[in-house]
Order: sequence, then C-alpha cells, then structure tokens
Amino acid sequence: MKKKQKRLVLRSVLLLVIALAVGYTLYNTVFKDTSGNVQVGDQAPNFELTTLNGEKVKLSDFKGKKGVFLNFWGTWCDPCKREMPYMEELYKQYRDKGIEILAVDVGEASISVSDFKKRLHLSFPILMDDSKDVTRLYGIGPIPTTLLINADGKIIEKTSDSLSKEKIEEYMKRIKP
Amino acid sequence: MRLQQFIMAQLSSTLLYIAFIIYLIATLVFALSLSDKKNKQAAYTKRWGRIGYGLSIIGFITQLGYFITRWVASGHAPVSNLFEFVTFFGMMMVFAFIVLYGIYRANALGVFAMPIALLIIAYGSMFPRDIAPLIPALKSDWLKIHVTTAALGEGILSISFIAGFIYLIRVVDQQLSSKKTKLIESIIYLLLCVLGFIIISAGSAAFHYETTFSWKGTKGEKLENVYTMPALIGPHNGEQLDDHFGPLVDAPSWINGKNAPKKLNTFVWSLLAGGVLYGLIRLILRKRIAAAIRPRLMNLNPDFIDEISYRSVAIGFPVFTLGALVFAMIWAQAAWTRYWGWDPKEVWALITFLFYAAYLHFRLSRGWHGEKSAWLCVIGFVIIMFNLVAVNLVVAGLHSYA
Amino acid sequence: MEKITCECGHVNPFGTEICEACGKPLQNVDSTKLINMRYEGGAVRSQTYKKHSIDKIWNFFSSVKVGIWIIVLILVAAAIGTIFPQQMYIPPTADPSTYYEEEYGTLGKIFYLLGFENLYGSWWFMLLLAALGISLVIVSIDRGFPLYRALKHQRVTRHNSFMNRQRLYIEVTQPLALEQLKTSLKKRRYKVKEENGNWLAEKNRFSRWGPYVNHTGLILFLIGAMLRFFPDMYLDQPLWIKEGETLAIPGTKTEDGQYYLKNNRFIMDTYKENDPKFAEALKKSSADIPSNYQSNVTLYKTKKDFLPGAKPELTKVKDYKLRVNDPLEFDSFSLYQVDFKPSQLDAFSFKLKRKKTDETIGEFTVNLANPKATYHLKKGYDITLKNYYKNVKVENNKELGSKDNNPENPLMLLKIIAPDVPKGERAVLGIQKNFELGQNKYRISLSGVKMKNVSGLTVKKDRTLPIIVIGGLIFMIGVVQGLYWNHRRVWLKKEGDRWLIAAHTNKNWFGMKRELQGISEETGMPVLQDQS
Repeated sequence: MKKKQKRLVLRSVLLLVIALAVGYTLYNTVFKDTSGNVQVGDQAPNFELTTLNGEKVKLSDFKGKKGVFLNFWGTWCDPCKREMPYMEELYKQYRDKGIEILAVDVGEASISVSDFKKRLHLSFPILMDDSKDVTRLYGIGPIPTTLLINADGKIIEKTSDSLSKEKIEEYMKRIKP
Repeated sequence: MRLQQFIMAQLSSTLLYIAFIIYLIATLVFALSLSDKKNKQAAYTKRWGRIGYGLSIIGFITQLGYFITRWVASGHAPVSNLFEFVTFFGMMMVFAFIVLYGIYRANALGVFAMPIALLIIAYGSMFPRDIAPLIPALKSDWLKIHVTTAALGEGILSISFIAGFIYLIRVVDQQLSSKKTKLIESIIYLLLCVLGFIIISAGSAAFHYETTFSWKGTKGEKLENVYTMPALIGPHNGEQLDDHFGPLVDAPSWINGKNAPKKLNTFVWSLLAGGVLYGLIRLILRKRIAAAIRPRLMNLNPDFIDEISYRSVAIGFPVFTLGALVFAMIWAQAAWTRYWGWDPKEVWALITFLFYAAYLHFRLSRGWHGEKSAWLCVIGFVIIMFNLVAVNLVVAGLHSYA
Repeated sequence: MEKITCECGHVNPFGTEICEACGKPLQNVDSTKLINMRYEGGAVRSQTYKKHSIDKIWNFFSSVKVGIWIIVLILVAAAIGTIFPQQMYIPPTADPSTYYEEEYGTLGKIFYLLGFENLYGSWWFMLLLAALGISLVIVSIDRGFPLYRALKHQRVTRHNSFMNRQRLYIEVTQPLALEQLKTSLKKRRYKVKEENGNWLAEKNRFSRWGPYVNHTGLILFLIGAMLRFFPDMYLDQPLWIKEGETLAIPGTKTEDGQYYLKNNRFIMDTYKENDPKFAEALKKSSADIPSNYQSNVTLYKTKKDFLPGAKPELTKVKDYKLRVNDPLEFDSFSLYQVDFKPSQLDAFSFKLKRKKTDETIGEFTVNLANPKATYHLKKGYDITLKNYYKNVKVENNKELGSKDNNPENPLMLLKIIAPDVPKGERAVLGIQKNFELGQNKYRISLSGVKMKNVSGLTVKKDRTLPIIVIGGLIFMIGVVQGLYWNHRRVWLKKEGDRWLIAAHTNKNWFGMKRELQGISEETGMPVLQDQS
C-alpha cells in the first residue's frame, strides 16, 4: 500500500510540474504582451540624453524624488501631436507636485523638433535620442508610447494609446510620490 | 575556361540522358524476370533479375556521372533548383532500391521502383534545366548536406511505398470491384497522369507551342502569361493575343493569380492525358490494371514484401530526420537566424516526420502489419510527393526555387 | 491487485502477461497462438491502477493510442497552417484583418477568423505540443521500466509453452554440435548463457532501449523549446544601421559593458552577366541575381559603467565581414545579416551663386538625418535653416509636415544672409523643388547628393540552443539505436532426448531467419520453422 501511495505522490508531482511549466509558457506567449525589452514591473533602465536646450538629463536624477511620465514621440505622428497640449497643460499643474515629464523624440532633426516645440509652446524637457539607442533599449515599437515610472524607479504602466487629458491626469496621480 | 564548362555541361546532360535509357532497359528486364509464372524456372528469374540489377547499378553510376560533371560545371552541388532536386531525388530512389534489392533480392521491387524513379526523373526534366547561380542564402555547405541527406531519406522511404504498393496488388482480392481495388486503380491512374504530363509537355515543346493571354487581376492590374501547352482553359475573361488553338473554357474567376490559370490548364491536361493512357491500357488488358499484374506477383510471399516495406521505413526514417530536420535546423540557424520558423516546407518536413513516427507506433505498438501498414506507406509517399512538388509550386515560402 | 507468483517461483507484478523469469504465459494459458512479445509481456503500469483522478489522467496519457492521436492532431493542424501563409510571412505593412480576404477570398477570411494566421503560436497548438510532451514522458515511464525489469529478470531456462509459442521454433531429437554452435553464435556476436544445459543466446539488447532514448531526446528538445519563453533565455532584435553609424546593439548589455556596432560599409554583389557558368540562366532572368550581401562592421564595447544614450567610451573588439550564412558571434550573442535598404538619401550639397555674375560664393552640405541650423560660407555669407521636413507632406491643404522620420523626400526652408542682403532672402529646396520667395539676388542650387546603404541586421541570443542540440543528438542516437539494430535471442532447451529451439527478434525477421540459416549451414542445427 505504501508503494501505491508513493506512486500517486510521484505521479501528482510530475503532472503538477509539467502543468506549471506549460502554464507559465502559455501565459508568456499567448496572454502576455512581451513586445519590447522593458516590461511593466521592471526597474526602468537608466539613461542619459541631452535636451533640446543642451542640458544633460539622467533618468536616475529623479529616482526617489519624482515620478516620471516618460513619453516617446515624433513630430510626424498625429496621435503624439494630439496628446502634447494635454501633457503641457497638466505639466504646469503637476510639475511642483513631484511629477516630471520626459518627452523623448525618436531620432529627428533638432530643427524640426524645436519648430514643433515653439508652435505648441511646450515647456517640459524634450530629450533628443539621436541614435535611437534609448528607444531601442526600451524596445519601443509604435509611437506614442508612454511609460509611467514611479519614484522608486519602477515601471507601473506602459501604453501605446493616444491619451486623453483625463487619462493623463489619472496617470500623473498614480505616479505622484 | 568557357569551353571546358560548356563541355562539362553538355557531358552532364548526355550522361543523364544515357542513365535514363539504361533505367528504362532495366525496367523492361525486371518486367521480363517476372513474366515467368512457374517456380521451377527459378534460374530464369534469377538470371534476369541479376541483369536488371546490374543495369540499375550501371544506370546509377551514369547518373552519378551526370551529378558530378554538373557540379564541376556549375561550381556548386546541383541540388539548388527543382530540376536538379527532383532528378537527384530520383537518383536517391534508385540508390535506395539498389541497397534494398541487395538485401532482399526481390525482382518485383525493380519492376515498380525503376519505372517510378524514371517517372520522377522525367518529371524533374520538365523544369528549366539551365545551370543557375546561387543566391546568398543558399551559399552554404549545408545546402548540399541538408538537401542530399533529405533526398536520400525520402528515396528510402519511397521504397517502402513501392513495397507497400506491391503488397496491395498482391493481396487485395481482384475478383470483385471494391473500394480497395478502386483506390489501387486510382494510384495507378495518378502515376499515369504524371506520365501524361510528361508526354504533353515534351510534345508541346517539340512543336514549340506557345500562346499568350492577357487579363485583369483582382486589383485590376494587367496580367499576361505565355502558355506552353495548348490552352484548354484560359484565364477568366482573358484575351488571347494570337490565333493559336484555344481556350475551350475560361477559368473560374477566383483562379486569377499570374500563374494560376496556366497551372490549372497544365493540371487539367495531365488528368486528361492520364485518363486517356489509363483507358487505353484498360482497353488492351480488358481488366483492372492491378488485376492484370497480380498473377505475376503470386510467387511473392506477402509477409516478405511487408517486411521490405517496414525495413525501408526503419532505414529511411532516421536518414530523413537527420537530413530534413536536423541538418535543416543547423542551416536555418545560420542562414535565417532561427533553427525553426514554420516555413511551409519546414512544416511539411515535420508532417512527414510525424506521419512516419505515427506509422512506426501503429506498427510496433498497435500491431498494424500487412495491409494497413501498406496503405500507410502509400499515404506517406503522397505526403513526400506533396512536399516535393506542391509545396514548391503552390504554397511556396523560403524554399521556393526560382 | 495481487502479484502473480509463477510456478517457477518468480513473483511478477500485477498485469504481467508472461512470467518475467521463465516466460510461462500467465494469461490465455491454454491457447496455442503465438505469444505477444511486445514489452516482453510485462505489465504496462497504467493498466493496473485506476483509482485516483490523478491515475486517470496518467492512464489517459499512458496509452500509445492517445499518443498516436496527438501526433495525428498535430500533423493535421500543422498542415492546415500551410494552406495560406502565416502572418509572419505576409508583407509586414499588410493588415491581416483585410489581407487574407483580399488575397484569398472567403476561404482566406475564414482562415483569419479562425485565428489560423498565427496557428503555430496559438494556445491550442501549444497545448497539443504540451500534450505530446506529457504523453512522451508517461508512455516511456510506464513501458520502459517494466521492459527493463522483464529483460533483467529473464532466465535462461524457459517454460515449454513459451518456447513452442514463439514464431521461430523447432523440436528435434537429433544431437546438436554444441561446441560448433557456440562458436557460430559467438562469431555473430551473441552472448551465450548456460543453465542446466539450456542456452540463451542474446545480442543487441540495447536496441530495445532505443525508443526510450529517443523519447528522452524529444522531451529535452521540447523543454528547450519551452525555455525560450523564460526570462533572459532568448533575444531576437532587429537593428537597422546606416553606413557610418555607430549604434548600441540592443539587448547586448553585459555585466562588463554594452556592445556597440559600427557599420563601415554595406556591399551587395551580383553575378556578372558574362559569367560563363550561368550565362544561360542569367540571360533569361530580367533582374540581377545577387551573389553576396555583406556588411563590413566593427564591434566595440564600452566600459563597465556605461549609461545608455550618453556618448560612450568605446574599445574596439573586432572587425568582421558580416554575410548571410556567416553570423558574427560574440559573448552569447550572434549578429546576422538579414536585410538591407540600398541607396538612402544621406546628404545634399548646395552651391550659393550670385545670380548676376553666376559667381560661386560657397558650397555647403546638409546632413539630412540631423541638419545643422547655420552654415557659414565665408565672411558675411551665412545660410540658416529655418525649417526642415524629412518626408514632406501637406496637411489640411496648408500646413507642412512630415510623413515619417525617413529622409525620402526632404524639404528645407532656408534663409540666405549676404552683405548686401543683411535681412536675408528666403528659398525653399527639396527634390526637384527650388522656389524663391521674392526677387532674390542669390540662388542656391543642388551640386551633389550623397547616398548611403542601410544594413538590416538581427541580434540573437538563444541560451536554449545547447539543450536543443543535446536533445536532438539524443533523439538521433535513440532512433538509430532502436531501428538499425535488432534485439535477437535464441533459446535452446534440453527436454529428455529432445531439443526445443526457439528464436525471437523484435523486428527484421528476414534477417533473423537468414542468420539462423547461416548458423545451420555451419553447425548442422536444423532450420527453425516460421510458425506465423
């Protein structure tokens, strides 16, 4: 009888291990968005870029201090253009409440970007990713893509939607330290 | 340099032609060896069998000569387009036959294996025969290693079909027409369709037949194609640009790719020609073709044939796996960055592998011997042929040869 | 669930069909039919315990019939997936929700609606593969161990009804030339065991383990395929890199730095039309046939403390000629040449001329990826770039914009400042566009175009490869071991003045019979009769 029980335990364990492994694989392949290298829940990889005004900005500058609204965009992209005014509006409201917006332009000519900035009266820092190294590091596919990074440096949201004002405000509240 | 290559290329074609003739004679000799029905004249059977076998070997060596000279002429292993691959496959089938005949000495095997190998080689010869350069992805030692091993595996597996087919003709009762007799006849009919295709192609080419059509594709774009067989079926709402024979009917509107109506026309020609050939033979024999062959196979022990069929799978399966999957994966990892990519040709190689794996399990664990096993071998051959022909001509993917 | 004690004294597990030791049939005792020697008549474990639901699941997967069904289902599903191309093989710009219907009509639409455009990545196809894996594990455990047990326990002396119910059997009274027989068997690599004057000659028992070895290989292979989806096991990233560019290779950050790549040059070679080997084929082909795609690259590495985006301090690792079929391997990464975009616009050179005299004042070059704002020609002469669109389009019928970030159709708004026009003159320049806004004294004209090729590379890391390779190797060994060798046994039993001789092979009876024929010719042992 003992032997029989042992067999049952063995069988159960083996089947369980297989079920777990298969479940995990299925979860990863079919149900989880694995596009890009950086996923929700990860620590946001640090980087250093130069703004349009020539200042160097490190992501780690904000760690422990501010939540970062990290937006990847381009001047040619209409959805980006739509969300920019909302970002600007809310930036004014939230910049003193522990929120920083970093808008990373994915490899455009600085002339085009500064013209765009002037036209839309943007005041948040625009980072120039000339080589697109950071864009690739974050595995950004379509733009706009927005990542929410809380004050601990953890990514808590990633979206490629064109955002409404309400949505942006909701996001800002979420990363407020 | 130029002359030498020209001579090599010419020599190569000539050798293939000679090999073809020798195979043809070997087939006839093997057929003769069966024509004796009485056991007591075993010496007669043995003698003709030996001559047939010798001819097969000489033919094989001649074809090997074709292969080597073409290799010299082109500078790469001649397995890079459909003509080269299909003829090489035929050669590997002959080689597999030579090996298995060496073990089992069954003349019947020669009577069926040789003509089918001939048919395959002739079929391959209908594709463009120019020596073509290799695109960068094909420039790898793995091209020759992968393709030759895969073809060898398929060649050996084909012998299991040959033996299975002999088994079926030998065993299935021909007194009454049944589902089984009909199936056997349809296999014969399909083989005759291939022969029909070859005859019509060669015939049309001999008369330099050509007619051009122009029509509109799905997106309204103008399409044009040249038929090289008399047009039975023209493109949907197509316009014939010359006054040659044709077309009796238009293709349905959904067959509108650039080459689709032409392929349909060829396909219909093959079926018709196969039908005519089959009808003629039936008329002469006045019975089912299998029923006419069967008496000549009565000396064969069915278990013996069944064993040859199984043995071919047992030998061919590992070779096929090695060539069509393992070597293929090693190459794919280097050429396409991944060892497996669900390309149609890859998938069909996997299907072939799974099919023969199922065959082995049916046989070893569920005791499917004899007839069931023979039918499986027939299906296996259909899958191999599908992968060889249809996947390249119809489905196409990374393996589409020019 | 009792164990079965055979009359020879051996205790067999429940469900055993033939006594493991003496071979006496324990079921259908009175039959004279040939014994089913599959798994040596050992008890297939699953068929013995059916109590718990775990056992039921186990038993389901333990059936070879179920295993075959799984194989057939995978086969059919795989075939369905090739009816139309999978999504990964349709043009990347095409929208699959309309593509299939447009290209393949109603059937294409159904194909897409059923989700077959990504069949091999679908949850149910993965589940089928998983089911195959489970089946392989359980079938092997349930059959492998009893078989091993049965072959280990087999005795030399076999029960008479085991002997006479073998396929190859004979009973003789004539004496046997035992010494010669032994030599003859040994020559054929049989191991001969004796027990009370009875013999067991056996060879190639290892061939029986073939199926279990190849199943182990397959299981490893499937585990390897599954591990790809675990963190840090697998990387597959595209990298488009223009000639002259130096970029961080995505995903290649290691503990001691980040890898960078410089594309020095992209080369595409084609076959020359007068190539004597391929003259005929080249004449017929309308397009050039490529013979080589190659990126000449230099691999660099940063120091340990490296910050993405910042200007890195690079150390050269090596130069490499990256070609199709010849990837660059470094660390655990491989870099492949997979694609290219030829001749992309890179820079325009312009000349500034005074209209009246046609005198050239100076020349300047505009980098189209990221142009400078001001170009100083000579004292007093400056060109400033007021605005720039990489791939120009007109929005809402009035405003200018760019379609994307590729400089395919660039447009620049320029201001010319000269000593005699301190306020500046304005001009618009683009491809086949050269407007002046107002009556200008100066004229800018295109004097040169610089093109660059862009190499399409793929970065790969696959830590599962060793497992895949080992799995594949074990599989091949197992298949060859199981199919190219045959487990053969010959039993001799002395029963009074009679000899009972039986023989068995797990396959290839023809070969076995021929071997016995040979032995018979050498030793005078009678030829065994095939009782099937």
